[in-house]
Amino acid sequence: MPFVPHTPADIQAMLAAIGASNLEALFDEIPPTLRIGNLSTLPEALNELQVSRLLEARAADYPRPSCFLGAGAYEHHIPAAVWEIVGRGEFYSAYTPYQPEASQGTLQVLYEYQSMMAGLTAMAVSNASLYDGASALAEALLMAVRANRKSKSKRILIPRALHPLYRRTAHAIVHNQGVELVEVPYDPAGGHTPVEALAAYAGQDFAALVIPQPNFFGVLEEVDALTDWAHRHQALAVAVVNPTALAILKPPGEWGESGADIVCGDGQPLGSPLASGGPYFGFLCCRQEWVRQMPGRLVGRTVDLDGKTGFTLTLQAREQHIRRSKATSNICTNQGLMVTAATLYLALLGPQALEQVAATCHANTRTLVEQLTQVPGVSRAFDRPVFHEALLRLPRPASEVLEGLLARGILGGFDPSGDYPELGNTLLVCATETKDAQDLQRYATLLAEAVA
Amino acid sequence: MSSIIPADLRYTESHEWARASDDGTVVVGITDHAQHLLGDLVFVEIPEIGRVVSAAESCAVVESVKAASDVYSPLEGVVVEVNEALADNPELINQDPYGEGWIFRLRTTATLDALLDAVAYEAVAAADEEEDEGTGSLANPKLVG
Repeated sequence: MPFVPHTPADIQAMLAAIGASNLEALFDEIPPTLRIGNLSTLPEALNELQVSRLLEARAADYPRPSCFLGAGAYEHHIPAAVWEIVGRGEFYSAYTPYQPEASQGTLQVLYEYQSMMAGLTAMAVSNASLYDGASALAEALLMAVRANRKSKSKRILIPRALHPLYRRTAHAIVHNQGVELVEVPYDPAGGHTPVEALAAYAGQDFAALVIPQPNFFGVLEEVDALTDWAHRHQALAVAVVNPTALAILKPPGEWGESGADIVCGDGQPLGSPLASGGPYFGFLCCRQEWVRQMPGRLVGRTVDLDGKTGFTLTLQAREQHIRRSKATSNICTNQGLMVTAATLYLALLGPQALEQVAATCHANTRTLVEQLTQVPGVSRAFDRPVFHEALLRLPRPASEVLEGLLARGILGGFDPSGDYPELGNTLLVCATETKDAQDLQRYATLLAEAVA
Repeated sequence: MSSIIPADLRYTESHEWARASDDGTVVVGITDHAQHLLGDLVFVEIPEIGRVVSAAESCAVVESVKAASDVYSPLEGVVVEVNEALADNPELINQDPYGEGWIFRLRTTATLDALLDAVAYEAVAAADEEEDEGTGSLANPKLVG
């Protein structure tokens, strides 16, 4: 059975209708230098059995290194029950429901998810998720520009200490809508974004200030002071947070005198395994007063005609299937499957175990940093407190050290020199609750060999 | 569905009405026809006082359970007063679109002469109703995407 529904006659009819001579003519506007041409370098096709055998052989070659790499996505223990339940047929559909009220179970999961995220961030509202943390930030910024009616500008203060991929993604999504991201420097000694660094911008008009917690270097920011600065200058405070960290840190809804306005981040640490960049999911929460500016799906709890509890999509008039080009977003959806995993992860752990996870991550990272900085030539790059990542100064380029470590079975961390050339030879390391004392000691021993 | 179209007001093709006041300001709202199409309103986003608007610029949003629509300023001018009561009682627009349901007041030097009169607007509303039958209108949005 052909999987392409168009017959050659259909294709000719469509080409004739638009005045193109052949299919190739549709690609004329792409410069020839960018076209890949014929795919003569591809090997011959394999059947399913052959592909399985090939990939099994390659997987066996892969050393499964011990992971100390974070930089935005984190290895955590996921209880076996999480993906066992997510894989049930009733849940195993990642797409946004289009006849939603027929799927009460799906809506209830999303509602539970929203309730837990609102609790974790201490915000009034959470949506049903977005693609990932970086696109959630872009949506948060567009939302801030719409919501902040005291500001006439579309300018946003964004710390250089925020994840470089988040900054790049946010720029790609917002710059054609006239939103300008103004970079705020970090303190070279502390690695944080001091309020004093914002003094230069006082008196100018900004729609929002972005506040990461922790920032890309793992360093904890002075979130109360930054939030209050934003509000004093008529800007909204947009928090970018690690959800695991919220189990032991002050939630954004309680930052400063009146709390952050919008909170976003990547939900991967809550039940999504590391998988070459995804799929993960983004979360977005806000104060009640901004709910009509919030993009994406929102599930509400209600009662039916018989007074029985039920779940429903709500505030849909903001969304693209109704408001078309004027919707709060035309590029978003929820990540139903990953959100189901997050909901189960949070429900199975509960608040106490999540706190334990966060505290163990912090303790392990402290121990790791203590041990790694015993190695001659290795020291901390910044002197401020961290959550579960820290930047280390190395005597040699990180790329060389990482190569040496990988050869010894250690995925040693992230080399930030491409994004932060000013940092010199540094390495971002992370130790989550998945590591024990022996793992940490082993890394220290092997680092000594790798930098020698 | 027949809607009320007062003869003493001026109108736009996008379903706003405008009333000239003695002090030279112009009061703006949406028509009875528009509120019928939208259904029960649940939220109104009003413009800020002092905002400078040009003619046909979107400056307010009316939201019902099934649609959210922009309200366009009929004339250029400055918003000098807004109907704060709509924040808590958006249904005022359903109940009394030409009175208690007014949305904002403009100070303007433009005249209302270029806007539609009641007869011309009645034709717009009538054509609109014919077109709306089953085509996915303001009131009956089709699901897409």
